[in-house]
Amino acid sequence: MQYIGPDFYNISDLLKEEELLIQKTAHEFVQNEFMPVVNEHYEKGTFPTEIATQLGELGFMGSSLPEESGGAGVSNVAYGLILHELERGDSGLRSFVSVQGALVMYPIHSYGSDEQKQKWLPGLGSGELIGCFGLTEANFGSNPGGMVTKAVRDGDDWIINGSKMWITNGSIADVAVVWAKDEEQIVRGFLIEKGIDGFSSSDIHGKLSLRASVTSELSLVNVRVPDSARLPKVEGLKGLLSCLTQARYGIAWGMLGAAVDCYETALNYAKERKQFSKPIAGYQLTQAKLAEMITRITEAQLLVYRLGRLKDEGKMTFQQVSMAKRNNCVLARDIAKISRGILGANGITEDYPIMRHMANIESVYTYEGTHEMHTLILGQEVTGIAAYDS
Amino acid sequence: MKIAVLIKQVPGSDSALPLTGDGTWIDDSLITFVMNESDNYALEEALRIREKINDGEVVVVSMGPDRVQRVIREGLAKGADRGIHLEEDGQIETDPLCIAKSFTSVLEDENFDLVLTGLQSDDTGMGQTGILLGELLGMSTATLGIETDIQSDTIRVKRELESGWFQWIKLPLPASVSIQSGINQPRYPSLKGIMGAKKKEIKIVAQSEHRPDTKWQSLNRLFIPQTNKQTETLNGDADTIVNRLVEILRSDLRII
Ligand SMILES: Cc1cc2nc3c(=O)[nH]c(=O)nc-3n(C[C@H](O)[C@H](O)[C@H](O)COP(=O)(O)OP(=O)(O)OC[C@H]3O[C@@H](n4cnc5c(N)ncnc54)[C@H](O)[C@@H]3O)c2cc1C
Repeated sequence: MQYIGPDFYNISDLLKEEELLIQKTAHEFVQNEFMPVVNEHYEKGTFPTEIATQLGELGFMGSSLPEESGGAGVSNVAYGLILHELERGDSGLRSFVSVQGALVMYPIHSYGSDEQKQKWLPGLGSGELIGCFGLTEANFGSNPGGMVTKAVRDGDDWIINGSKMWITNGSIADVAVVWAKDEEQIVRGFLIEKGIDGFSSSDIHGKLSLRASVTSELSLVNVRVPDSARLPKVEGLKGLLSCLTQARYGIAWGMLGAAVDCYETALNYAKERKQFSKPIAGYQLTQAKLAEMITRITEAQLLVYRLGRLKDEGKMTFQQVSMAKRNNCVLARDIAKISRGILGANGITEDYPIMRHMANIESVYTYEGTHEMHTLILGQEVTGIAAYDS
Repeated sequence: MKIAVLIKQVPGSDSALPLTGDGTWIDDSLITFVMNESDNYALEEALRIREKINDGEVVVVSMGPDRVQRVIREGLAKGADRGIHLEEDGQIETDPLCIAKSFTSVLEDENFDLVLTGLQSDDTGMGQTGILLGELLGMSTATLGIETDIQSDTIRVKRELESGWFQWIKLPLPASVSIQSGINQPRYPSLKGIMGAKKKEIKIVAQSEHRPDTKWQSLNRLFIPQTNKQTETLNGDADTIVNRLVEILRSDLRII
């Protein structure tokens, strides 16, 4: 079996047999079940929520978590390959699964009480329940530590007030992981159930990127929850950032999938499209573009592969994840642009996936730590000096 | 109910098919291999039968070099209980009777109630293995199955005939049925299935233990058909042209 995608450096040889079969399964699932409807949803600005249970049945939700936490216990490389295939389809699909697995199931698995795990993880794993992650606020994006959402202790309960912005799956979620500061300014996580008093959501309209994904604003007005809704094993920004590390890891693989789809579309087109005397692939200018793209894709493959094995060995650092997220977003952005050009006028239509990817990549470039923030993380790592105030 | 599903690994339809130097087979070092299409449907049918009667065992069986273990694992990942791999370490066998005899020698002691195979393999396209095997094992046989209905000691099979005709037949078990592509919707292997498959048993049978000594048929030469373009201009009055055109469509191109 072979890695599905350009394989200039024989990545296939590095992957285990079951990892390849997992990629193949994800690939076929996305191509057969999701691609026929993607343009329709992208146009309407909706997400096919009915696909959630199919994703759950296959084991794609939180797949690298152990079975008792609703996952399938696959390697981190296999998990990455799944996200690679989902994002080859559309970032909206990959975002859906990233949020569910890395930002909702992971914190409940790592920081939740047994009761919380029992209540939420089976349904989230099977896709019967949907989750969202509420961190960003209108005035606090790159600087989440500044958040103003408040959780005030009231007897055995907490009263939460604030609002969260840009929340993927917000209005379709059955449970929201909401981050708020207590009276001592300590950031805490809460599991807020859909429908409780004072908790509401509204969708953000007019997005020109990640259209096949629901993005919402969450509003919390005197929301009263018992202490048992608080994630007991996490306190402060650190724990919260560990969720982001999980999600960013998957994004790095996902962006590679989007880049591969753009590159392969452009390569096939260039071999067939004839201008003047031969296919445009036969001209040096096109070949320079293709050579550049295959080189950068190969670099990115090696980057995420190595990162995945480090994660499997428990040695991965968040700075390494920053490097891969940062690199692969830029890579995907550049490759989408170059590929689009190769398709000429056809490249701007929905008959080809490139413009859709190109628009999606803009969201991914910004969310889960902007390009600049990851630059600063790497800068701090190599110099020992933080260029941002903490 | 014990069900065997014969699965062949064949070159993927988008693989280039380079021939070996001596032109007797394809150079398979350059090919991506996949599960034979109709075998995938046969496997799905077997899994559904097992689910319907809520009992039984599905065994996937494949013959070929080591790489065929991948399609066996894929079958196990989809839910088959165990696998049997008939090793082939030299030239791939292409004689269907030889192949059926190999399978017979390995499967006869297993006493399967049902053998399901794909209708034909996408590489050599003989469509013989299932029937020959059924005959050698003393089973009732049917080909071109497009629907099955299992009973306790019989199986009803809907067969696809020519010109849009169908036929329901009833076969006593044990039976061997070949399955047409498209009869069901094959499942995707779940991650749980894929991880679980690693622990399932694959029995390996060495070539010396199954390959018959005699060979009845062999491939002489493979070649890539030459495509040549011919242009014929039709002249004459309308009747002559139309007559000639109809003749071409009917007897040369056979499309009317
Ligand atoms: C489609 C979509 C889905 C999202 N989903 C979620 C979600 O599910 N949950 C959630 O919590 N959030 C989500 N987000 C929010 C996302 O994480 C934030 O948009 C992101 O963190 C950036 O914040 P911001 O938009 O406020 O930009 P800002 O932080 O205001 O940044 C604006 C610009 O300034 C730059 N900048 C900021 N600080 C510095 C500095 N110190 N030095 C140099 N440059 C700097 C940034 O890099 C950026 O270029 C989503 C966003 C989008 C677009």
